[in-house]
Amino acid sequence: MANAAIGRSVPRKEGRSKVTGEIQYIDDLSFPEAIYGTVIRSPVARGKILGVHFEGDFPWDEFIKVTAEDIPGENRQALILNDQPCLAVDRINHREEPVLLIAHPNKHLLIEARKHVRIEVEEETPIYTIEDSDAKKEVIWGEDNILKKYRVEKGNVDDVWASAHKVIEGEYRTGAQEQLYIEPQGMVAKASPEDGVTVWGSLQCPYYIQGSLEVLFGIPADQCRVVYAATGGGFGGKEEYPTVIAGHTALLAWKSGKTVKMIYDRAEDMAVTTKRHPSLTRHKTAIDKDGKLLAMDVEFLLDGGAYATLTSVVLSRGTIHAVGPYLCPNVRVNARALATNLPPHGAFRGFGAPQSCFAIERHMNKVARAAGLTPEEFRNRNFLNKGQRTATGQLIEENVDMQGLLTTALEKSDYHAKKARFAKENVGQRIKKGIGFATFFHGAGFTGSGEKHLASTLGMEADRNGRIRVLAASTEIGQGANTVFSQVAADTLKISYDAIDIEKPDTEKVPNSGPTVASRTSMIVGNLVAVAAKQLLAKLREAQLLGDEYTPDQFNSACDQYIEKHGELKVISEYSQPPGINWDEENYQGDAYGTYAWAAYVAEVEVDTLTYVTEVKDFVAVQEIGKVLHPIMAAGQIEGGVAQGVGFAVYEKVVWRDGVMINNQMTNYIMPTASDVPEIRVFFEEEPYAYGAAGAKGIGELPLDGSAPAVINAVEDAMKIDIDFIPMLPEDLFELIESAANNGQGEE
Amino acid sequence: MVSVAKVNFDCTINGEKKTISAYPMARLLDVIREDCELTGTKEGCGEGECGACTIMIDGELVNSCLVPALQADGAEIKTIEGVATGEQLHVVQESFVVNNGAQCGICTPGMIMAALKLLEEHPDPSPDDIRHGLAGNLCRCTGYMKIFESVLAACQSMKQEV
Repeated sequence: MANAAIGRSVPRKEGRSKVTGEIQYIDDLSFPEAIYGTVIRSPVARGKILGVHFEGDFPWDEFIKVTAEDIPGENRQALILNDQPCLAVDRINHREEPVLLIAHPNKHLLIEARKHVRIEVEEETPIYTIEDSDAKKEVIWGEDNILKKYRVEKGNVDDVWASAHKVIEGEYRTGAQEQLYIEPQGMVAKASPEDGVTVWGSLQCPYYIQGSLEVLFGIPADQCRVVYAATGGGFGGKEEYPTVIAGHTALLAWKSGKTVKMIYDRAEDMAVTTKRHPSLTRHKTAIDKDGKLLAMDVEFLLDGGAYATLTSVVLSRGTIHAVGPYLCPNVRVNARALATNLPPHGAFRGFGAPQSCFAIERHMNKVARAAGLTPEEFRNRNFLNKGQRTATGQLIEENVDMQGLLTTALEKSDYHAKKARFAKENVGQRIKKGIGFATFFHGAGFTGSGEKHLASTLGMEADRNGRIRVLAASTEIGQGANTVFSQVAADTLKISYDAIDIEKPDTEKVPNSGPTVASRTSMIVGNLVAVAAKQLLAKLREAQLLGDEYTPDQFNSACDQYIEKHGELKVISEYSQPPGINWDEENYQGDAYGTYAWAAYVAEVEVDTLTYVTEVKDFVAVQEIGKVLHPIMAAGQIEGGVAQGVGFAVYEKVVWRDGVMINNQMTNYIMPTASDVPEIRVFFEEEPYAYGAAGAKGIGELPLDGSAPAVINAVEDAMKIDIDFIPMLPEDLFELIESAANNGQGEE
Repeated sequence: MVSVAKVNFDCTINGEKKTISAYPMARLLDVIREDCELTGTKEGCGEGECGACTIMIDGELVNSCLVPALQADGAEIKTIEGVATGEQLHVVQESFVVNNGAQCGICTPGMIMAALKLLEEHPDPSPDDIRHGLAGNLCRCTGYMKIFESVLAACQSMKQEV
């Protein structure tokens, strides 16, 4: 048999084409006949559209113009609810909302001309904050501005407060965060009533786009073809938003009869596409005299922006992760997503969990202090263990050892020695050093019955030389999907990694293996690869072409003979839910996830008390993620996620003015550079998950949850000050310290 | 609108002599991608911040999105397409494949150009040299660790070759 590929760091499948520049992203594909399209957007955040005026000295009759009236099907973005139009008709609900589309063969003329389309609007009062929306200062969505709400109830918190040893309250905020994939979004479309619609693009979820095109054009799915182009990063930013661009580009193509290309520039991409939902979390926690959790009452609020998009699902994940990996007999989580007149917020790696995880991990430090315990001792007394139940009542049946992970992380980071040393050495120094940690978990795959409803399928076919082609809609966005699928296929079939090819996602060629989201691709779709490979072997064995033991050559010859006789060798695998998963969507009770990844992260920081700049100097990430399929790529996922989490904590601030991001440039929205990131040291523990590919759990989103609170807990250690919000930029820390000094808090 | 005429000028791109016809203030990035059809050079931000469009002009690293086309008159230009020798990858490219220095790949061409320059200036770079040398190239996927390792491993290989 060939060398096992799983567990070995084989070369990335498409690696060579990436280092030579050969691989083609959407803007690299050649469509010589294409004309260029763009979007005319709302100049205000809320109001009534009175008219559209084409001004300036432009040959307007040469331009293709598309308004809502040109939409052949329904004017809506088909996602979860039907509240968002593809093009605004009478009302405007956020800045930069698409109102009409124009196209022209001359790109430069198009860019100039778009500035001279004036949308006449009667402005109305917008709302921009969670508090204003919650207080219904203006009702801008439904009857009460509530896009979605959930309630999780375990025991009864209200029975506890009176008799508790201590009750500790806190309020925590997180800001919007831009995904900042380095490749801006873009699409190319061809469309006509005769041939249907075809779009090529930078995207995570081909079948989401197909579903929306069906509605927009009123044509059957098989006339809506979506083709993936190499995608330069997604992080959730290319989960639902590409559907919007695909619709716009296809409408211009449909009306013009021409191929239309629409590539956002960076400024447009940052101003108009989705970001991480801003959050506000209120915690009230009761403990007994031994520092054990008695009750946790959480109010978890998200700013959804102007339309529902995926907000309900983001809120769901944030809600389920809101009390962290802790055991508490009485829990209540009241979660609400509120509408504001900001552009809709959306999917971003972590999907609600980084928001609620920041709150709980800051709050646990505060509660530990009230209990008179160190942060680690307090957590050790309260970690969730095997055989205990989560907030939703899920019985933990896997071998979880949070205390062990934390101990390892503290050892690897030399936490105790450093903490003692910093406390001594910081006195009188301009640079204050600190060390802090966060402990957390992340549910892998879709929540509850999500995977069952998705019912993903995947194809696999062999050619006469025994080369295998995996047919999946899961997209390679840098995370290594192509490589992992190839490893799993190779090892299951006992052939070489090099004998596996991955079909480019194209709805005409690949079945729907589900969206590329939720840390599900390796774990769930990877397992579908294994199932398909077993089906393929079974076919060869049923045909008596292959024995139990075989060489790669015998496998190749078996494929050849099978195809000779039957014409093709192809199988389709289908998802089947692991046994024992029961989820009550109505009451938010039961098995929220098939499995969880568990982690303890330690950050070390230096804070300059003259400039208020926080630098992260060292970072230790310890996690249990099931079987590690590809050690180098798995570490790469964690490192990239930690860097984004560091950005979330101390670099990346979306500055809003009048409902729009005004620092929509890489020059003034600052993500960590090679000079800014700490040394990130990654350690894995492995508890194979029986229903994940070769024992894998999901890992993609995990590192976003705990990185930011670890960093801020370290800043707390350095500065001896409570910081209850992120992003915390130097000016924010300055303001906080000034106001704390005025109120008599703080070190000096 | 003011009409400006295209101008012709000669330059060498990846060792090949070319005559370019372009508007003088066209972005060199667009000339390379559209006229020369060398799409390995990417546009991430269009304002010289992300480094995805990094190329070399006469051996110096530049962000091609900030360079007017005419500035390439008489210059020797190297893009990612000129880094490998035929089918043979450059040691740095090979190292990025082996060490997973490329994830989504969009920053990779620019990052590799920066890494080449870094190793030319610092054949035995310190960790700080590497961080400094790559600080003009943003990567959102890797957190840079695997890029640093790719550069270090390439450096080791290059030393062994000498």
